[in-house]
This record gives sequence, C-alpha cells and structure tokens, in this order.
Amino acid sequence: MSCVNLHYDVPGDDFTRAGEASGKVKNTLKELGFHADVVRNVAIAMYEGEINMVIHAGGGEADVVIDPQHVEVTLTDHGPGIPDVSLAMKEGYSTAPDNVRNLGFGAGMGLPNMKKYADEMQIETQVDVGTTIRLGFDVPAAQ
Amino acid sequence: MKASELAQKLGWKPACGDGENEVTGCYCGDLLSWVMAKAPAGSVWLTVMGNVNCVAVASLRDLACVVITEGAPLDEAALVRAAQQGVTIYTTDRSTYDCAVAVSGMIE
Repeated sequence: MSCVNLHYDVPGDDFTRAGEASGKVKNTLKELGFHADVVRNVAIAMYEGEINMVIHAGGGEADVVIDPQHVEVTLTDHGPGIPDVSLAMKEGYSTAPDNVRNLGFGAGMGLPNMKKYADEMQIETQVDVGTTIRLGFDVPAAQ
Repeated sequence: MKASELAQKLGWKPACGDGENEVTGCYCGDLLSWVMAKAPAGSVWLTVMGNVNCVAVASLRDLACVVITEGAPLDEAALVRAAQQGVTIYTTDRSTYDCAVAVSGMIE
C-alpha cells in the first residue's frame, strides 16, 4: 500500500456536518484493511478534534496521512487558541457554551479522548492565533 | 441476538435501519464524548439525545443500535443521516432505566 493523503475542510458552527471527515477516514481505513482497533482509535480521536474545531474555533482543516505502519491526523484551526492546555486536558473541564451542551457536547472529554486513543499527541496553540493538534497512531506490524 | 429481535421483544418502535447488528452489550448516556469514550462496540445505546450527532457517534463507535428513550424527540435530520450511514434507531416511551434492566435480562 502506498501512502494515502487526505484533506478535509471542517465547517464551523455546523453541527449537522460534524463528524463527516472522521466518518470518511474511518471508511477509508476499513477499506484499506486496517485492524478494527486502529480504525476505532483514529475515528474517535479525529471526531473529537472535529467537534472541538466546530465548537470553539469556527471550523478548521484536517489532514490525514495513512501509511502501512502509521496514521497521522493533523487538525489546524485559526480560533482563539487554548490559554491553559493542562487545564483543558483535564477530564470534565469544558468551556463549551450552553447551546452546545444542549446538543450533548461539552462533557470535557474532547482532548482527554484524543490523548487516550492516540499513541502520540502534540498540541501547538497560541491565544488569538489558533491551534494545531497532531495525532499519531501506530499500526501493529502484523497488519 | 440481533437488534431487531431485541426491539421486537421489548416493544421498541423502529425508526430507521434494519436492526441486523448483533447486540453484545448496553450503554446508557447522553453526553456524546462520554459515550464515544466508553461505550463498547456492539452495544445498544440508550439515550434521550435524538439529534444528528448521536448518529455520528453510533456510527463511529460501531454501536449495534440507538434507542431514543423516555419519549424524547428524534430529529428528522438524524433520521436522514442514520439512513445514509446504516444506523438503526428505535424509539420508546419507557425510561432509560427500565430499558437497561430489560436489555440486561435479554442478553445475559
């Protein structure tokens, strides 16, 4: 399998389309024959990233690089940035507004879920400039 | 047991999908990220959150089906998305607790 590059624009403030990109990546990974655990981990972590961009950043972009040994997801936005990353990483901490909570979001599990399901996670953020999150997923050799 | 068999036995009303998935567990919750993190694949998901985002979670998490409990509303947009993604949804007026107890008795 050669390297596969995917790019998605994630629209802001449109919760009806949130999850489209991660759904497409999930389907692509399944079609390529990746193990169900890898597919699940990528789908969950990327979905959380998509939702965060929709809720907090007015949308953004998702780039996915798939090769047989590794999957990398890069989520880039030009939103308000994260003032305190360590606080944002705590389960249950959320700055989501009430209208978003009414949709079932705002549990404060977005970043913790990304960290839990990715093998590597890097956050670059600057207040009033934006945030880039890189998620790396190892693919076991047997696959 | 297939989701459709379970639904028939428990009187859940079909809203979308064929119910062909095997049910291997049950999960109750309305916070989507929590469900995304915790619900085991193959679960019946009992929730009052009948919006389009619950369909995304059910699909991404490979849940057996969604049951909208307590007579909670199910959005038209959710039905459309569920049909597109092959997600089975049922509705019921019974409480989440009652449904969970009933499911437990059926799948154990």
